[in-house]
Amino acid sequence: MPRLLIVGALLLIAQVSSKQCDSNSTGNAVPVVVNGGPTNNAFNQPFVSVTVCVPGSSTCQTIDGILLDTGSEGLRIVSSALRIPLPQQANAAGPVVECLPFLDSVTWGPVVTADVKLAAEQAAGIPIQVIGTDKFASIPSACSNQGTPQETTDDLFANGILGIGLGIHDCGIGCASVGASNPGLYYACPSNGTCQITAQPVANQVVSPVAQFAADNNGFVVRLPGVAVGGQSSVSGVLVFGIGTQSNNGLEDARVFTTDAVGNIRTTFNNQTYPAFLDSGSNGIFFLNSATTGLPLCRHSIGFYCPPSIVTLSATQTGNNRNTAVISFGAGNVDVVNATFSAMGDATGENPGGFDWGLPFFYGRSVYVAIVGRSTPGGTGPYWAF
Amino acid sequence: MTRSIARLAVLASFVSLLPSTVLASLGGTVSTVETDRVRMNSALVGIELKGSYTVQSIQSPTGITIRQYYTANGRVFGVAWEGPWQPDLRQLFGDYFDRYRQGVQRARTTRAARGRVAIDDGAFVVKIGGHLHAIAGIAYVPQLLPVGVDAAVVR
Repeated sequence: MPRLLIVGALLLIAQVSSKQCDSNSTGNAVPVVVNGGPTNNAFNQPFVSVTVCVPGSSTCQTIDGILLDTGSEGLRIVSSALRIPLPQQANAAGPVVECLPFLDSVTWGPVVTADVKLAAEQAAGIPIQVIGTDKFASIPSACSNQGTPQETTDDLFANGILGIGLGIHDCGIGCASVGASNPGLYYACPSNGTCQITAQPVANQVVSPVAQFAADNNGFVVRLPGVAVGGQSSVSGVLVFGIGTQSNNGLEDARVFTTDAVGNIRTTFNNQTYPAFLDSGSNGIFFLNSATTGLPLCRHSIGFYCPPSIVTLSATQTGNNRNTAVISFGAGNVDVVNATFSAMGDATGENPGGFDWGLPFFYGRSVYVAIVGRSTPGGTGPYWAF
Repeated sequence: MTRSIARLAVLASFVSLLPSTVLASLGGTVSTVETDRVRMNSALVGIELKGSYTVQSIQSPTGITIRQYYTANGRVFGVAWEGPWQPDLRQLFGDYFDRYRQGVQRARTTRAARGRVAIDDGAFVVKIGGHLHAIAGIAYVPQLLPVGVDAAVVR
């Protein structure tokens, strides 16, 4: 009996590998690598290469070291990594410049237009953000008051961010409005004056490139292999565009977990239920705090937990559609991980009041992300499936 | 009394010109809470009296809810917020904003948790989590917590 199981496991591994080869040949998939990235010291950060072109032309550049971030919408490229001139977006009040507040930082820079290409897919003439240009070096205080500016490859640990997730535009109707309900992401910066918050029509807002593909545009799937306990130097996987649109992106046995209006599902842990979400741009599984979990904080790896020896934990995911799944995960000691390792599955840390299932959740899984309002064989987005 | 009414009227007339949110600052006094609410076009959504401290909640037109925790003497010891966007942290943290900046810079030099904030420098604690369109944060000054009140009340 054990020999049969081993043979079965080998056949399964062979099947997964050949599926990845098929993915590359259908034009809707790109490699994803978890390694040190452009700064050689990234940790649990997945990178892809993105091609951008001056719209309608063959003046293109392929930029690697772009962070795959399922927690945001929009392509953002660090100015120093961009070598082609992309047309500046402007309105009657002047050139449009964006301040996007992430949780720990802000990115500030002009909105430009580009053809964005990934594998054989193309999003033609879409707004993207260039971060940290000389021309718009002065950051309005209303922007920098929301977080520390991240303007360089060193700041981001990446050459840019590929924001593709449940949503489409990075702001929505709020940024298209005039007055106090405008959250102030978009500015017009005339050369003879100061930057002022501007009403930015939704169609001009920075957008998820996948949502604007001509096809395979209802979502995507991230397939990463498992990671050895205690970490390993790097991991390679694949990002496939579309859900159920080609032979390589069907849901198979993945189960659908629909989200609420703000993109959350629920996680139950120790008999308490919390808001939860998946995010490839988070470099650990972040949940609650040290006092609630009993996991001590690391001395050196800020924000991570460092139990003296690995702790195995269990939590239950519940979608808005009431599908549930029990998830087993490990909390290891991040401080003692080999400094040359870029990937660690049992990296956990704090997140007040909820669960952020970051990149370690993606290891050893196929994670499907269905875009809001888009039809798929598993139902209409937004949902995650795994 | 007359002077403060006049001041409120002047401030109210400037409401539409102010792009940023302005709040009672951490470590400051609560006498400015009503003034701040008007300046950020916010609605008072609740006041809870909890014995040795009070919690006042306001909500901005951009959908951000902010709770301010203050002692019986009116000193703000904690703030908590949630919503689709980040509030004006300089106003929220007051004199502690520089400590926030330093904490974020310190995290960048280590193998740190990315995409969130987890700072505890002994005098100031701030934790920000969640994701874009659903941000949640807390900040407090441990030394200002009323006797017998646990930091966990700031949430």
